[in-house]
Amino acid sequence: MKATKAKFKFDGGIHPAYHKELARDRAIETMPIPALLRVSMSQHLGAPAKPLVKKGDTVKRGQCIGEAAGFISAAVHAPTSGTIKEVGTAPTAMGTSAAFIAIEPDGEDAWIEGLEGIADWQNADTKALIAKVAAAGIAGMGGAGFPTNVKLSPPPDKPIDTLILNGAECEPYLTADHRLMVEHAEQIWTGCQIVRKVLGAKHVHIAIEDNKPEAIAAMEQAMEGADDDASISILKTEYPQGAEKQQIYATTGREVPSGGLPMDVGCVVENVGTTLAVWDAVVNGKPLTERVTTVTGMPVSEPKNVLGRIGIPYSDLLDFCGGLKADVAKIISGGPMMGLAQPGLDATTTKTTSGLLFLAPQETQTFRSMPCIACGRCVGACPMYLVPAELSQMLEAEDYEAAEELNVLDCIECGCCAFACPAHRPLVQHMKQGKSKVMLKRRQAQKK
Amino acid sequence: MDINNILITSGAIGGVGLTCGTALALAAKFLAVKEDPRVEAMDEILPGANCGGCGFAGCADYAKAVVLDGAAINLCAPGGNEVLELIAEAMGQEASAEEKRVAVVMCAGDSEKAPRKHLYNGVADCTAAAAVAGGDKLCKYGCLGYGSCARVCPSGAIEFKNGVAIVHPDLCISCSACVRACPRNLIKMVPVSKTIHVVCSSKDKGPIVKKACQVGCIGCRMCLKLAGDAFEMEGFLALRNYDIPVENELIVEKCPGKCIVKCGASEAPSPEATEPTPSEPSTEPAEATTEGQT
Repeated sequence: MKATKAKFKFDGGIHPAYHKELARDRAIETMPIPALLRVSMSQHLGAPAKPLVKKGDTVKRGQCIGEAAGFISAAVHAPTSGTIKEVGTAPTAMGTSAAFIAIEPDGEDAWIEGLEGIADWQNADTKALIAKVAAAGIAGMGGAGFPTNVKLSPPPDKPIDTLILNGAECEPYLTADHRLMVEHAEQIWTGCQIVRKVLGAKHVHIAIEDNKPEAIAAMEQAMEGADDDASISILKTEYPQGAEKQQIYATTGREVPSGGLPMDVGCVVENVGTTLAVWDAVVNGKPLTERVTTVTGMPVSEPKNVLGRIGIPYSDLLDFCGGLKADVAKIISGGPMMGLAQPGLDATTTKTTSGLLFLAPQETQTFRSMPCIACGRCVGACPMYLVPAELSQMLEAEDYEAAEELNVLDCIECGCCAFACPAHRPLVQHMKQGKSKVMLKRRQAQKK
Repeated sequence: MDINNILITSGAIGGVGLTCGTALALAAKFLAVKEDPRVEAMDEILPGANCGGCGFAGCADYAKAVVLDGAAINLCAPGGNEVLELIAEAMGQEASAEEKRVAVVMCAGDSEKAPRKHLYNGVADCTAAAAVAGGDKLCKYGCLGYGSCARVCPSGAIEFKNGVAIVHPDLCISCSACVRACPRNLIKMVPVSKTIHVVCSSKDKGPIVKKACQVGCIGCRMCLKLAGDAFEMEGFLALRNYDIPVENELIVEKCPGKCIVKCGASEAPSPEATEPTPSEPSTEPAEATTEGQT
């Protein structure tokens, strides 16, 4: 086992103000269960889960209350014991409405009986391990929420030789993954070994940005005595170093082809939080019912890394952090680069809520978008080798075919282009909209 | 300078020009694409707006479809009855005249009457605005006012008054492009002679509508009581049934939600037509109209 600087660095990228100092040194605090939890059925990528309970039912913690509906979907479990108050729809952090289940906790927080882990996971059957992960409803906790059991079952013609553990946490402000690595390095390493065994991956890279020396030290200690194929890859601090495709290039030098997936180059990338959940699911048999969320920003009285149940209303999360001490201009679910602006604090936490960020008026600006001056800064910043300036003009003119030809679908929506644009053009918003239009067209063409 | 240089150059260029010209002339004669003269004639008849309202790629495409593939002859909305008659004559078919339909925006919640819940500072496009936290209007059915409909209108018939779209029936060419562009499905095509509309599309219950908009249908069914079958209910929303005329126009004044308006045939429907007075708080639900919301 060795810790080395990553050999490669992706092209493009930006250096935003990180502001990690707000919550970096705050140990993870467990939040008491609030008076009501609203658990969304759509916390992951893919089909929403199907509610299994109805109003008035009593549930135990860890009881499955929503079953996976389809291949790409994930089960949802009761985050605590209590009574179902309502099964209906409510606003999500995405701005849409989704099915949710409201649970009134009974205060006992009793686990459902019969949850058993696989203590001897080293000798367990791979299928049994994947089944455990699927039963625990684990979805990628870095933000995208891709169901983990699907990721762990690559098709047989795509052998995986490298597992990359994503601890880059390149989003400014967020420190949840950092604290997890500092405080739970051993469990993360065990979870990582479980995933490695399931995938049969020879190499393991733990990718951490060099602005997290504490996390690097903690992981090094946890991995003491590990074999030579496992290593810590220290990445240069730059956004978006935590993006899957950029990270694969930085650690292995392999490039994921346009339109391809990491498994096309023999890699799987897992977030550190996800690996911790895998450890909990396999070793302790516990489904995913809680996660660490960074509540941060200048206006927050006490920025914290909060270990909270899934389904906590954002307003309760803020109260736990002492409320606000200054004016807020913008609320973002997630990090400032890729997070989603919120109209209020009505939404609730999900498996993918990595942060809740409050920005003061002096940190936010409202820009008027100006015409493109063809300076090319967005081209230099784009980590996917796209030409955002040209694409955004095409998308403004609604020429989706031309945009598709210029690979608009490769855009990872990291926001580097919009960050770099001196004309304040809403480049990434154009891309997002364009991508959904192109996808819609493709789906319509497929139907025909 | 030697005069020969000029002569040789002129001769060479002239020669090239002559050869190419002859080649082109021959090609035009022998390789000519035979076009049905009827298609050309039909193309002349069509208005040339290329609005796409007929469902074909443009006027030329529609002309071809009518002549060669037997497409329906009454699809050209901008042309109206005049063009329909000409097409019918050319095709030797019977013209069944239909009333011109114009677009009406079924929302009157302008920036004074329908509050916004947050500041949206992104791309000025309704679809993009609706994608951020479900749109910045408190009413999740209302007109967002970012002009997606006006941008697709080939005749410039859509104007924005105080943050809400208004279609001028005089300018509307009935192509339905705006109907397809609106992410909230607020625009409906209605017969041009009908002047009473329910300009609300909120399917929410009365109390929610009241909070979100001063000119919203609260589902009180008053219009059904006063004007009978000219209105119908869909959930908590009143819809105008354009097949039946409104006999009792009192409803325009009586509507507790102030969302039933009357406007002249050439006048854009606007809530100004019925100046909403700060109404006495009614516990009854009122009405509105609609159309599906995405």
